Amino acid sequence: MVYKKRLDGRKFDELRDIEAKVGVIKNADGSAFFKIGNTHAYASVYGPKKLYTRSMQDPKSGIITCKYNMMPFSGAGGRVRPGGNRRSKEISMVTENVFKDLIDLSEYPNAVVEVYIELPQTDAGSRCCGICAASLALADAGIPMKSLVGAIAVGLVDEKVVVDLTYEEEHYPEFAKDKITSEHVADIPLAFIPGSDKIFLLQMDGVISKKSLIEALEVGKKAADKIFDIQVKALKEKYNVEE
Amino acid sequence: MMLKEKFHLLRYLSDGIKSDGVLLDKYRDISYEVNTIKTAEGSCDLKLGNTHVIAGVKFEMGTPYEDTPDEGGIMINVELLPLSSPDYFPGPPTDKAIELSRVIDRGIRESGAVDLKSLCIVEGEQVLTVVVDVCAINDDGNLLDAGALASLIALKNAKIPKIENGKIDYTQLTKDTVKLKELPITITCYKIGEYVFVDPTTYEEKYYDSRLTITTIDDSSIVALQKGGEKAITISDVDKMTDLALTKSKEIRKMIKK
Repeated sequence: MVYKKRLDGRKFDELRDIEAKVGVIKNADGSAFFKIGNTHAYASVYGPKKLYTRSMQDPKSGIITCKYNMMPFSGAGGRVRPGGNRRSKEISMVTENVFKDLIDLSEYPNAVVEVYIELPQTDAGSRCCGICAASLALADAGIPMKSLVGAIAVGLVDEKVVVDLTYEEEHYPEFAKDKITSEHVADIPLAFIPGSDKIFLLQMDGVISKKSLIEALEVGKKAADKIFDIQVKALKEKYNVEE
Repeated sequence: MMLKEKFHLLRYLSDGIKSDGVLLDKYRDISYEVNTIKTAEGSCDLKLGNTHVIAGVKFEMGTPYEDTPDEGGIMINVELLPLSSPDYFPGPPTDKAIELSRVIDRGIRESGAVDLKSLCIVEGEQVLTVVVDVCAINDDGNLLDAGALASLIALKNAKIPKIENGKIDYTQLTKDTVKLKELPITITCYKIGEYVFVDPTTYEEKYYDSRLTITTIDDSSIVALQKGGEKAITISDVDKMTDLALTKSKEIRKMIKK
């Protein structure tokens, strides 16, 4: 049977509850907290500041570095050993790539903007949650940029395109209440510039047809716009801007 | 030559306040929430003024040491996340992070707060190890006292997960809690010049001469000590600091018992 009712009762295009807050870490030059369902992320930005690693310096422009990290108690299973792993390295890299073309650091040659993303708890969609938080933190730090970024995971659960998968949906065959037609689950983290179809993050694991993929991307685009509205509201709240 | 900053700091202290205006023997406001982290078996999100830490408890299955076949284990780990301060960087734990972890660990371990025998599953074969990770979100000083308090509250509220066929089922928590026999409270007293105070911000932490961390339990016994800083302290300093720590720890113990 094709996926009819989502495990947590949401509509297929419905996001989990989102909360965004800007300026939560006093020490940082910019910071934000972003929460989608039971996935929470803090992001802080330090810089632009002098980059001491000579080999990384760019005399034409500042650079951005991103570090994604799960806190040791943030995983659904056992303790996550601190110090990072291959997964967190890859996510740090793709996160960095999301922002590279969006921010303009040409005024800051040989400088660095450091972005740190930390997850206190996760229930799928952690890289997207981290990117949403980082985008807000960069804006809070006053880094010149073309746009905020809305990141969200879409996917295919039992032949149905859904938005914002939970851990249970990512492992649907284990948790399904009905008989399933397809063992395949596709999980596609995305990052869009709101109001456009420009994609800055696209990854996928699972199995999906081209038709469903395009459908999923369209769904993701709409979801990213919703996230953008929440991000803008959070920024306005911090800076007391009237609607 | 005395640094200008230290000179200003001494003027504050001579007026009986720290750089944030708080009296020498007073803590900043403490607020905390428990079990906010769904993926941890117990947690405490604690703010001490602008210092913010999250402590989370995770259980792991392990084998006991040969000399204590019926006892589980405990480990405290402090993560000075680079997100929390411009002075912290990614990489292996620094000396500061290791000292924080070990001093917090010592207070909880030596007080016998955690009944390690209650963590035994199969004697000589399987025991639970309880790991408390303390993550700094914003460091505005006194991470040690804040981290120790958050660890204790997280432990106090942790639920032991279900164990099936010798494996931990993290999706199901039992009603069993970690039984705490004591509530060890860690207070660090700082000294700059002739002034003794508690709860420094990062500003005082930069210029202190010496410090003494004192962990005490309900009956006023001292269960752990750690002297830090470059300058010496005298016996009369220890006397004074212990009195201060005992007074403060009673106040804090009362707060978390509520």
